[in-house]
Amino acid sequence: MKTFARISLAALLCVGLAACASKQEVKPQAPEATPPPPAAPVQTAPVSNGKFTPADLETNACLLKRRIYFNFNRANIKPEFDDIVACHAKYLVDNPGARVTLQGNTDPRGSREYNLGLGERRANSVEQAMEALGANADQFTVVSYGKERPVCNEMTEACWAKDRRVVIVYTKTE
Amino acid sequence: MKLRSCKFLLAVLALALCGLPASRVLAQGLTLDIINGVPSAIPITVVPFAFESAASPPSTRVAAVIRDDMVRCGKFRTLSGPDIVEHPSHGSEIKFPTWKLLKQDYLVIGRERDVGGGQVKVSFELWNVNTQKQMLAGAYTALPEDLRGVAHQIADQIYQKIIGQPGAFYTRIAYVTTTGSRKDMQWSLIVADSDGHNPQVVVRSRQPLLSPAWSPNGKELAYVSFESGDSALYLQNLATGQRRLISGRKGINAAPAFSPDGTKLAMCLSFGGSPEIYVMDLKSGQLTQITHSLSINTEPRWMPDGQSLVFTSDRSGQPQLYSEPLSGGGATRLSFQGENNSDSSINYDGSQIAMVQGNGNVYRIAIMDRKLDNQMRFISPGPMDGSPSYAPNGSMLLYAATDNNGKGVLYEVADNGSVRQRLALVDGNVQSPSWGPYRVPPSAQP
Repeated sequence: MKTFARISLAALLCVGLAACASKQEVKPQAPEATPPPPAAPVQTAPVSNGKFTPADLETNACLLKRRIYFNFNRANIKPEFDDIVACHAKYLVDNPGARVTLQGNTDPRGSREYNLGLGERRANSVEQAMEALGANADQFTVVSYGKERPVCNEMTEACWAKDRRVVIVYTKTE
Repeated sequence: MKLRSCKFLLAVLALALCGLPASRVLAQGLTLDIINGVPSAIPITVVPFAFESAASPPSTRVAAVIRDDMVRCGKFRTLSGPDIVEHPSHGSEIKFPTWKLLKQDYLVIGRERDVGGGQVKVSFELWNVNTQKQMLAGAYTALPEDLRGVAHQIADQIYQKIIGQPGAFYTRIAYVTTTGSRKDMQWSLIVADSDGHNPQVVVRSRQPLLSPAWSPNGKELAYVSFESGDSALYLQNLATGQRRLISGRKGINAAPAFSPDGTKLAMCLSFGGSPEIYVMDLKSGQLTQITHSLSINTEPRWMPDGQSLVFTSDRSGQPQLYSEPLSGGGATRLSFQGENNSDSSINYDGSQIAMVQGNGNVYRIAIMDRKLDNQMRFISPGPMDGSPSYAPNGSMLLYAATDNNGKGVLYEVADNGSVRQRLALVDGNVQSPSWGPYRVPPSAQP
């Protein structure tokens, strides 16, 4: 209900401000391993002060992306995911009360316990990148599932690429 | 008798906690899969035991259980049903020329009879065909549902008499199963007999469970559970089902391993920033940090003398095995062959270290022989094998594999790689196996 109210408010604001110019630059996304999420159901634009609000979590094309993918046995953030890291970091800066859990995951290659470490390293890497952009350490919880929660069960590189991910989960939006 | 009540308790506990019958997770589809002929294997015949009472015989065929034990350890080969042309059940009935003609070295015979109170007395004899001398004779009295345990104890005696080392058939294994769809996954920690029979649910959860580790006396299991939302280490008494939180610190709480004397637990904790190896004194809860490398350090295993740990670390870039004395002095790298090595298991005397070796996308179980200049040999075919765990006598290993359909299964393999036995669930995955210690027979318990 709250979300709906905020979406309505955003829509009203949008109508009220008529053709307000977009201040929020959303760069085009590089192609990624999974199909992009479905298009947002409503036309949105940021409110005039340029800050993200909880409503944007449901509508903003960048904020709707919550998965960052990695190369095998690596934890560095690839350039094509910089935008996702940046918009979520901005959200956390704009909403100091917001909290996220970063869930680190790996593909099934290697031992369960080593992969717990690798999943944590990936989630830490995302946290550090967001903190470098101004987000506060208090806003993060890191959980590593290692290889325990695969999204794909085939033994192919395409499948493994989907498993090697950090998922951004908002536990508190403002 | 004490053990029986424990088993009963476990079953009741499982029902009470989960409201689901334990039979849902029965180990199914046990198959004996002989990989290679073993020319050097010792020929032994286990003649079906005679049932000498009027009542109907128990459903457990003791001789068949003994025969399967003999075969799956890789050191023996046996005659099967139709080739067993005579069925002596007492020493006086053995016609040695027959068994010489069949090129048998040893003969196991036996008999069962009803002794009242629902109990069955099983008598057995081991004979040397060449010397025509009796090597062993003994008897067990048990309830019909305990006859598999009796058969494993007889197999252990035969193994020890012929091989000269303790048998490890009368032991238990722990493993984790997952069932259900991805959205509705259920994890179960199971304890079963060494051959996969008699599975019992230890704990069941909607969040991941992994890495069960046996206490040296076989009475407790330490394991990792995500039930709180993140990894935490628990220690659970198998008989009572009671458990306690060992570590629920920030970050990773995982990879438990009991010290040989059972007083300490080595583990991987990342509350300090990176996953490092710690040792906890179980009585005081006091933690000692062992590694300080700022890389991933995990999977600690105790050397049998309890003085040093073998563990996995990626301090050199790729996961490799290292050892480090508890007294300090830094880590020594142990594994040099292959792209990466992890998840070790150390045999009873420390002369062999099993590990998972990864090369490209192929992960196989390799054994490093420390008496033979650290020579490595593979004992599993890959491509996705993991979690090796030695039987307490080092004669067999349990490991996890992924079959062609992406399903998690377990294999028990002889340490010479000759014989493999598959342990699979019909509708789920089996993973994270751990072979338990020698077991004290119920009759010997105080």
